[in-house]
Amino acid sequence: MSSWPTDRLLLWAGALLYLAGFALGCLGVARRHAPGAGQRVLLSALLAVGLGLQTAGLYSRGLVAGGCPLGNKFEIVQFVAWSATVLYFVVGPAFRVSLLGLFAAGYAALLAFVSLLIPQWDAVRGEKLFGQNPWIELHAALAVFSYGVFALLAMTSVMYLVQNWSLKHKRQTNLAWLLPSVVQLEQINYRLLLAGVVILSFSLGVGAVWWSRDTSSVDWAKLIVTLAVWAAYLLVLALRGLGRVYATRLAWTCLILFVAALVSLGPVNSSRHHEVILTPESR
Amino acid sequence: METHPSVLFLLGASHHTAPLAVREKLALDDARAAALAERLRQTPGVKEFAFVNTCNRMEVYGVAADRSALAALPAALCELTGCSPAELEAAARLRQNHEAIAHLFEVASGLDSQIVGETEILGQVKDAYDAALARKWTGPVLNRVFQKAFQAAKHVRTETAVGAGQISIATVAVDLAGKIFGALDKTRILVVGAGDIGLKTVQAFQSRGAKSITVASRTLARAEAAAAQAGGWPASLAELPELVAAADVIACSTSAPGVVIPAALAAGAMKARSSRPLFLIDLALPRDVDPAAADLPNVYVYDLDDLAEIAEENLAQRKAEVARSRAILAGRTAALWHQVAPQLHGPRDVRAGS
Repeated sequence: MSSWPTDRLLLWAGALLYLAGFALGCLGVARRHAPGAGQRVLLSALLAVGLGLQTAGLYSRGLVAGGCPLGNKFEIVQFVAWSATVLYFVVGPAFRVSLLGLFAAGYAALLAFVSLLIPQWDAVRGEKLFGQNPWIELHAALAVFSYGVFALLAMTSVMYLVQNWSLKHKRQTNLAWLLPSVVQLEQINYRLLLAGVVILSFSLGVGAVWWSRDTSSVDWAKLIVTLAVWAAYLLVLALRGLGRVYATRLAWTCLILFVAALVSLGPVNSSRHHEVILTPESR
Repeated sequence: METHPSVLFLLGASHHTAPLAVREKLALDDARAAALAERLRQTPGVKEFAFVNTCNRMEVYGVAADRSALAALPAALCELTGCSPAELEAAARLRQNHEAIAHLFEVASGLDSQIVGETEILGQVKDAYDAALARKWTGPVLNRVFQKAFQAAKHVRTETAVGAGQISIATVAVDLAGKIFGALDKTRILVVGAGDIGLKTVQAFQSRGAKSITVASRTLARAEAAAAQAGGWPASLAELPELVAAADVIACSTSAPGVVIPAALAAGAMKARSSRPLFLIDLALPRDVDPAAADLPNVYVYDLDDLAEIAEENLAQRKAEVARSRAILAGRTAALWHQVAPQLHGPRDVRAGS
């Protein structure tokens, strides 16, 4: 989209740095030794600068939009990638998960490049997205941010499946050799699932308050898809808490659910009422 | 006034050059080391020296005023160790200057070890150097050479996978447990059978922090004896269903003719364990663990062949890293030789300093 050259340039630069971080991490894995302090710092620096450039690009779009830049599929996917990278910096040090940076870099690069390479996703953009209502904006931002948590969960689920496959099939691949243990990854999956469900629930709670004042503001397709994604994650969380779904089954479920959640962004985005002004004062 | 450059030398024998019988003769205990040191201190022209003495090598590193000062060393070694001159000549290798540095770097990095990439040798070389330093046997040249050898060894370990992966059955099993459970300090270990290999595996787990050890055997008396040796609790095989349900890692090494842990027993135990995985290490022949247990979710089964295969893969991986490690060391050796060569012209005599 020609009207956004500077934003896209920043977003391209951010994506390239994510890719560079991913390539750097892959080199370490190929050599089968845990990244040294220097390499970890360099990987974090590439991710941090990439995140800074992506933030600048999204911020620039946000200034034009007058709110959180979630006006089309391109922006939503970029925001999901951004959320996952932010979460890596927030969650990564707490969990001390080796190779999470590598996975985060690869994931962010993949999403960022896919969104940049499909011009149709950025061809049109909704205006007055949130009707100047900060609560709706918060609802949307938190919902997309929860997708970032679920993205991170999908990443740690893949890490779990790789490690489990390696242990079950007795193949000590370079990647598995450097991954955390299956018990650690399972615990992280549970915590991320809990965090994602809490954030998404809060987001939907905020949205529900405003939706109840004007039920026509959201069409049924969006409502059903959104509630289905939320209910599915809530159900998985409950089953994990009850000890019914765990380990490999939990990892596969989280991975499949995230793919489904990403696909659901299509109907959620296409069913927007872009011109709706929704504030309590207008009632 | 010195007119010839001094020489940095190494005279020694290792598992590469000497059979065990000769290495046994050459081994320097404290008394022999002290006697050899005294002889070297009395030898004109010998300025610095240090001994690296392990089960696989005996090496004398030193700095001499010239090559003629080295002539007395083989005779002194033969006299003190009882090794014949012919044996010593066949077993020992003399390396000088650049070659001596390159060799020490390889020794410290574990490249010259019988088990390539092992880390114990670095500690042994450090101990040897500390002992020589404390007795003022070393001087500016050897001090620098040894310090740089330690740095080079650390660098090689960081930059290559020459020390990666375990290469003994017990330590491979411990590594795998780490890949399943992470930290092993809270992991509950059950040893089924009071055999030697099971107890060695327990020691490997204990060295990584495992504290909860139970030893189960056919008779309680055997279990008690083995548990006392392993520092754990004894149990009878009759309690196996409860023990399996409570353990995280089970190392089996009985001499039973049939399966001791059937898949059904493992499946029953998993129902009581919630999400906690179970690691079954089968060290017995014939096997103690039903191979079908490996099909259960969250259960990992490794037998002797599996563990040996991983150990061999790790060793092959280490050997593949040797060339890269040598390339790194070659650069460091050249740089150090560039610094040391001018020092070898300066006069310093250990005898003068003592």
